[in-house]
Amino acid sequence: MSTKRFSVIGKGLPKIDSWSKVTGATQYADDFFLPRMAYGKLLRSPHPHALITRLDTSRAKALPGVFAVITGHDLPRVKFGIMPVSQDEEALCVEKVRMVGDAVAAVAAVDEETAERATLLIDVEYELLPPLMSIEDSLAHPEARIHEYGDGPNVHKAVSLQFGDVEEAFRQADLVREDVFFFEGNTHLPMEEHAAVAHFGPDGKLTLWSSTQTPHYVHRLLGKILDLPQAHIRVIATPVGGGFGGKLDAFAHEIAACRLSQLTGRPVKIALTREEVFYTHRGRHPVLMWMKTGFKKDGAITGMHFRSWLDGGAYGSYGVASTFYTGALQTVTYKIPVYKFEGVRVFTNKPPCGPKRGHGTPQPRFAVECHLDKAAEQLGLDPVEMRRRHLTEPFTKTANHLTVTTTGLAECIDRVVEASGWHEKRGKLPRGKGIGIACSAYMTGAGLAIYWNDMPHSGVVVRADRSGGVSVLCGATDIGQGSDSILAYVVAEVLGIEPKDIRVHPADTDLTPVDLGSYSSRVTLMAGNAAIQAAERLRARIFEAVAKKLEITPGDLEARDRRVFVKDDAERGVSFGEAVVLAESMHGVLAIPGSYAPPKRAGKYKGGGVGPSPCYSFSACVVEVDVDEETGQVRPTEVWVAHDVGRALNPILVEGQVEGSIYMGLGEVLMEEQVFRKGVHKIPSMLEYKSPTALETPEIHTILVETDDPEGPFGAKEAGQGPLLPVIPAVANAVYDAVGVRVDETPISPDKVVRGLELKRQGKTARVGPEKLPLFTFPAPRAIDSAFGLPADAIAERPFAS
Amino acid sequence: MKVQLTLTVNGEERDVFAAVHKTLLEVLREDLGLTGTKHGCELGECGTCTVLVDGEPVLSCPLQQAFAELGAAQCGYCTPGMLLSARSLLDGNPIPTRDEVREALAGNLCRCTGYTKILDAVELAALRIQRASPLERSEPQARAGDSPGARAVVTGRA
Repeated sequence: MSTKRFSVIGKGLPKIDSWSKVTGATQYADDFFLPRMAYGKLLRSPHPHALITRLDTSRAKALPGVFAVITGHDLPRVKFGIMPVSQDEEALCVEKVRMVGDAVAAVAAVDEETAERATLLIDVEYELLPPLMSIEDSLAHPEARIHEYGDGPNVHKAVSLQFGDVEEAFRQADLVREDVFFFEGNTHLPMEEHAAVAHFGPDGKLTLWSSTQTPHYVHRLLGKILDLPQAHIRVIATPVGGGFGGKLDAFAHEIAACRLSQLTGRPVKIALTREEVFYTHRGRHPVLMWMKTGFKKDGAITGMHFRSWLDGGAYGSYGVASTFYTGALQTVTYKIPVYKFEGVRVFTNKPPCGPKRGHGTPQPRFAVECHLDKAAEQLGLDPVEMRRRHLTEPFTKTANHLTVTTTGLAECIDRVVEASGWHEKRGKLPRGKGIGIACSAYMTGAGLAIYWNDMPHSGVVVRADRSGGVSVLCGATDIGQGSDSILAYVVAEVLGIEPKDIRVHPADTDLTPVDLGSYSSRVTLMAGNAAIQAAERLRARIFEAVAKKLEITPGDLEARDRRVFVKDDAERGVSFGEAVVLAESMHGVLAIPGSYAPPKRAGKYKGGGVGPSPCYSFSACVVEVDVDEETGQVRPTEVWVAHDVGRALNPILVEGQVEGSIYMGLGEVLMEEQVFRKGVHKIPSMLEYKSPTALETPEIHTILVETDDPEGPFGAKEAGQGPLLPVIPAVANAVYDAVGVRVDETPISPDKVVRGLELKRQGKTARVGPEKLPLFTFPAPRAIDSAFGLPADAIAERPFAS
Repeated sequence: MKVQLTLTVNGEERDVFAAVHKTLLEVLREDLGLTGTKHGCELGECGTCTVLVDGEPVLSCPLQQAFAELGAAQCGYCTPGMLLSARSLLDGNPIPTRDEVREALAGNLCRCTGYTKILDAVELAALRIQRASPLERSEPQARAGDSPGARAVVTGRA
């Protein structure tokens, strides 16, 4: 651990926008009201799978107060999608709808009521197609294809990767175990419903304000979708009222608002209803999983074979990445010398799944950690000890060529075990009470962009002028995690000023350098590193000017407490404001860029498009539960998470991310489900879609472990997603400890617990979970040598480092 | 059809000519331009649009202060509603237990914080209000240094 003393880093400061938030002054997208603004509404399909045979808007257009009505014929006939390999969406469907909720027309009117009334006057006739509502349905009906592309009829993506010979690894094992798990889909449920305001100005240029986590990707896609030069489009991400991955695509309402504004010459706002948000989705994939692992008597893993079947819904979205993610990070936590992964994503006529907090990794983590507990029991090992013995080593590679840099997982385990009193409790609690453990690892930023390019993943401009004021311009989007504040903290630290001296201007494609977006836990690391580079360059210019004035060398200077002074003679120096005047006099305008792209490591195989990251965070979780054997209700009573965050740039913000992750994990494991009946969402409201309230959220104990990672800004790793991962299996393992029932599928709802207890009473295996697997032949695997245990490759290149 | 109403909002009398089917939330946001009150669902399920009706126009500064200090607002969207439910609790029960705070806030959903820092902030605010003199209790506690407009904003006059 570095002993360097920081002025700002590591302090529990309020976020720079906290007063705007607590006074209600923050302007979210729906809070924008522009002069002459029209209100838009989308007409959505009531059918899960149908051809559009007639679409007549004339009655709607005739309604007084209606400014414009558009269909897909009023947009360029081009399909789009967030991943270059999955260009399968239309903002307004022209020939075919693939899910209930697909938009087919849009209206702009004088107010929302008139717009809604107009949508009811649009005449649409459909020819119904067979709806495919499950993986089995879709694979069994290749003739009823949802899309014409993919790796087979209704197969979006099929992957198969092998790193060493798993069959040989199983032969060397003392115990080989197979298990099957199912993880139900669930959704982000941000408190802010998506909203967008588009304004096509008289200059022929378009501005879009939207609650988006990825203004850059929306910007890129709008150029294609609207057939406009990207240079004439400006996307401004408004403060996002909760994202969790649900605001990472370009959406129909954004595109329709743009086109309607172009046609009417007015600003157009479209704000989704809560029901529309449920159908917009892009949330957690339902995933069926089979896994087989070989163990030695001491719990060492000889090899693992993992298969996943993802129910993708009606469109590609991030699904190719999601598919790979279900097989990517298993190897990062424990030593797995040999590894094979097969995964398939299947189209169904339901809202598309995509990235939700943990993107594709909570499902396999649930499977792996429950599977390990079962193996530990069979081997007669303590589940803590078995995990603790076989952790990945720092600065080594995994079987699938991912590079682990620092790891604090051993300390995380020790800390939660001690804090929770694990050894006094495990197996010793009264009937109905139980305790469980699980661990996990997560990426700190995806190693690759969504689209292939050699440009920075994040850019920052730090500006200073004779006023003494400093501005930070960065394309990153604050979705509540506090990324604007993090930028202020790191720049303040480098320049020796206070965060409140800094204004952060985020997420405006006209004014801010590109940042790829708030996803994959990338912002603190990537934008943070870019900000440090920009601030250090600015500081160098300031030091050069001050050194000249003081007739010393720049290396003798230090910036701290709003002053620039001689290190060994603190009295000799100038105020920060004077220093900026000297620097502006010497260098001219001070607007200094910083750029960041992940390091390029040597080695031929780079770990694939998904999984590689500059560094990984690690978490360990212990959960204590009460299980009511009458009702089957599972009540978590206390949760402990220790999280290796590298360095907590602001411990209050990191704790907030851990606590929020724990809460969200508890919702997923105990109650949340995104489920459909004949294509219609069963529970599209906040009352019926059960999520934990303050009453259901137990006492949470957060322990931060610091490992000072060389890749992170001031050593920091991610905190926003990783801590969710172990919570889900820790609850499942605690339920087993409490009542001896294995619920191998989420959510662990009361009915499943009761069913398990009934099986137990009948003397049968007390397991509730999937019983069979779909028939699907995976492609022949791409065989790559295992890199397990090899030392981390040298960094071949650090783009933009100098 | 529209109807004329006279409302007292944040201590000011306001005349409104609004469509009869509009909710109070829509009147506040669209007719009066008070966008601090947020829209989270359409069915009164999530508590995001919470306002105090015929409640004392008490200022919520100690609560806001504690929310800001402890990081109880992440995305901030549930925060206005959460603050008013907390305010309403403290008006009736100045020293609530943690479980009483949980109970009082159970009608306000938050997806970011895991509620932990919100509970901490309400407890801290309650403690501070108890310790404060009666005079201080009735005065806005906005930290002018941190947010020049805070005093105006908390009174709804910004």
